[in-house]
Amino acid sequence: MNADLKEQVLRISGSDVRKCMRCGKCSATCPSYDEMEYHPHHFVYLVERGDIERLMESESIYKCLTCFACVERCPRGVEPAKVVEAIRVEAVRRQGMNHMKADDIPAKLDDDMPGQALMTAMRKYSK
Amino acid sequence: MQRIGVFVCHCGTNIAGTVDTKAVAEALGREQCVVFATDYTYMCSESGQNLIKDTIKNEKLTGVVVCSCSPRMHETTFRKAAASVGLNPYMVEIANIREQCSWIHKDKVEATEKAIILGRAAIAKVLLNTPLTAGESPVVKRALVIGGGIAGIQTALDIAEAGFEVDIVEKKPTIGGKMTQIDKTFPTLDCAACILTPKMVDCAQNEKIKIYSYSEVDSVSGFVGNFTVKIKRKARFVDETKCTGCGLCTEKCPMKNVPNEFNLGMDNRRAIYIPFAQAVPKVATIDPDHCNMLKNGKCGVCSKVCTAGAIDYKQTDTFVEEKYGAIVVATGFNPIDVSKYGEYAYDQSKDVITSLEFERLTNAAGPTSGTLLRPSDGKHPHTIVFVQCVGSRCTPERGKQYCSKICCMYTAKHAMLTREKYPDTEVYVFYIDVRTPGKNFDEFYRRAVEDYGVHYIKGAVGKVSPQADGTLDVQASDLIMNEQLHIKADLVVLAAAIEPDKSARPLATKLTASMDTNDFFTEAHPKLRPVESPTAGIFLSGVCQGPKDIPETVSQASACAAKVIGLLVKDKLTCNPCVAHSNEMMCNGCSQCANVCPYGAITYVEKEFRMPDRTTKVRRVASVNPAVCQGCGACTVTCPSGAMDLFGFSNNQIMAEVDAICK
Repeated sequence: MNADLKEQVLRISGSDVRKCMRCGKCSATCPSYDEMEYHPHHFVYLVERGDIERLMESESIYKCLTCFACVERCPRGVEPAKVVEAIRVEAVRRQGMNHMKADDIPAKLDDDMPGQALMTAMRKYSK
Repeated sequence: MQRIGVFVCHCGTNIAGTVDTKAVAEALGREQCVVFATDYTYMCSESGQNLIKDTIKNEKLTGVVVCSCSPRMHETTFRKAAASVGLNPYMVEIANIREQCSWIHKDKVEATEKAIILGRAAIAKVLLNTPLTAGESPVVKRALVIGGGIAGIQTALDIAEAGFEVDIVEKKPTIGGKMTQIDKTFPTLDCAACILTPKMVDCAQNEKIKIYSYSEVDSVSGFVGNFTVKIKRKARFVDETKCTGCGLCTEKCPMKNVPNEFNLGMDNRRAIYIPFAQAVPKVATIDPDHCNMLKNGKCGVCSKVCTAGAIDYKQTDTFVEEKYGAIVVATGFNPIDVSKYGEYAYDQSKDVITSLEFERLTNAAGPTSGTLLRPSDGKHPHTIVFVQCVGSRCTPERGKQYCSKICCMYTAKHAMLTREKYPDTEVYVFYIDVRTPGKNFDEFYRRAVEDYGVHYIKGAVGKVSPQADGTLDVQASDLIMNEQLHIKADLVVLAAAIEPDKSARPLATKLTASMDTNDFFTEAHPKLRPVESPTAGIFLSGVCQGPKDIPETVSQASACAAKVIGLLVKDKLTCNPCVAHSNEMMCNGCSQCANVCPYGAITYVEKEFRMPDRTTKVRRVASVNPAVCQGCGACTVTCPSGAMDLFGFSNNQIMAEVDAICK
């Protein structure tokens, strides 16, 4: 179990995976279910177990549409899509693509670009 | 000169583990007027009590301070011990050094210091204590049961059995409650009506029981043993004493399209109606929202056909005032509204129903006369999906946090009965956990699986989509197979969470009885006093206290009756002498105390007073009824002139305690 990775995923997602009661509602509602090797409930379960590397290596993290149906319908407020997103972010960061630095931002500022886009890019591509 | 004894309890290691009890006894022994101080392992034990008794006698104590657990636990024990050797029981004070000290602190030095301070405050208070004598109040030997479901019925029957008068107030036109709408009961599968209606009839025939149907509690005043309750009898526009229940009016009434609440709106009734054949009392009621005669004065058919002359369009709401010694709350429950869970398409398809609606669809008195037919097209469903935990076990934002407790069993019952009656039907149950604790409960569930071939699937339903061909596409997860399923279903049944009846919250306010955040009534102690409310004289029966099935409800109803009987057999109750009293010379007649008093114990009287110049003057002053006052102290802190004071908790005593703590 990789405790640091687990903590990082929990911190990025802001989700409390311990609230899960293993009902399977997230996977029941997921429109990408058949495309995925690991399904939303696996994400929640494996993060709780700290078994995250296999999720990072799986294509499943890119199959999630971030449609938030699971977040909307989870009876326990676990927010599985945010967990998937956190693992995706963590995977992207590890690909050595964290080329975005705070110092780079002023040069990239553009009046036509929403500030939020920069922030999102910053979150994805920097540690 | 007063002589105070201090007794410090170890409570095993509960206190002594964190507080140096010997040091506390030594420190308190040096306080003013303290002539004796000691510590002991268990003050509440017989030897501990004997130690107190012997010391009172030998040291001629005038006051006792016991440093121990919360006064809720053993104050009575120590007061009785003191009284047995001739010391007024109200000369005993408790310093709570367990719940308020040892249990909440870790540092022994600090905890010991705090225990000494708490003891010192209790000594300061006891020095100002005065001997008090408890008065007595009579008990009205009659009980009120609010709610006429199976809980209220059982409680009323048991109280009546013991020889006391009981009144049942039921807001619906008939007693019987939710159980009348249920077809069969688990785990024995006996017909609900067959076991309930004899009890309803018993209530009607019992001379000790009076049923106020179609009535509500309007207001409550008084206190344990002596409540005064105003009951609102809603106008039913039919004279109960004349109506024979022949039902002719309910056949002739031209208003045919009123949704029938007994069948949850799945068929219609008339504007004048008797809810069902075995209703008690079997009396017709006119629904003023739908009756043409009441709405615009045109019709009068029911009055013409009624041979008993019972119809009275001019009837109005009336009020009855009665006195009761005890009040039982049995207000029951309702299934929640499942429309908010859009994924189940309850509002989009008639073939998505709740479990209570399923009961009506399988009941002989239901809209389909007991044949299971789809509400949309009246055809037999061949594939049925049952969904568990709809709205139960959720976050507060999404539903109810608690497990509704009854759904696992009734769903197993529905699934089993469907397979028995219609073996060509495929039945799926989606479950998170199957919770079947109870006598013969798990065996019952296993029978559904093993003998009747019900498909139990560990997983949840994510989406129900009505299809063009009239079926329902049920998208669900199968967690064991690790698959997402699509089931083409004809009928989807939702096991809706249950919630306390909406009338419970305003009733709790009227009764000054406490509730939890889910609007279930709180019991006086969750384990040891489960059928009493913390408010004296208010008792709890059935689901109003928490989710329960019928066997549990009936057990609790009888337990509740036993407690009520225990109260009603007493001729007198000992009052609490720690009540408010007003200093008439200081009272300026402002009425603020009367406004804040939750018990209505304060009235104002005009009284003649002698003035310094030998004239007399009539002044308006507060007067407390000590039998009604519960000693809450709200008036004492409200009184701007300081005229109100509480025996046993006087302003002086509280200030002395504060001074002792701040010293």
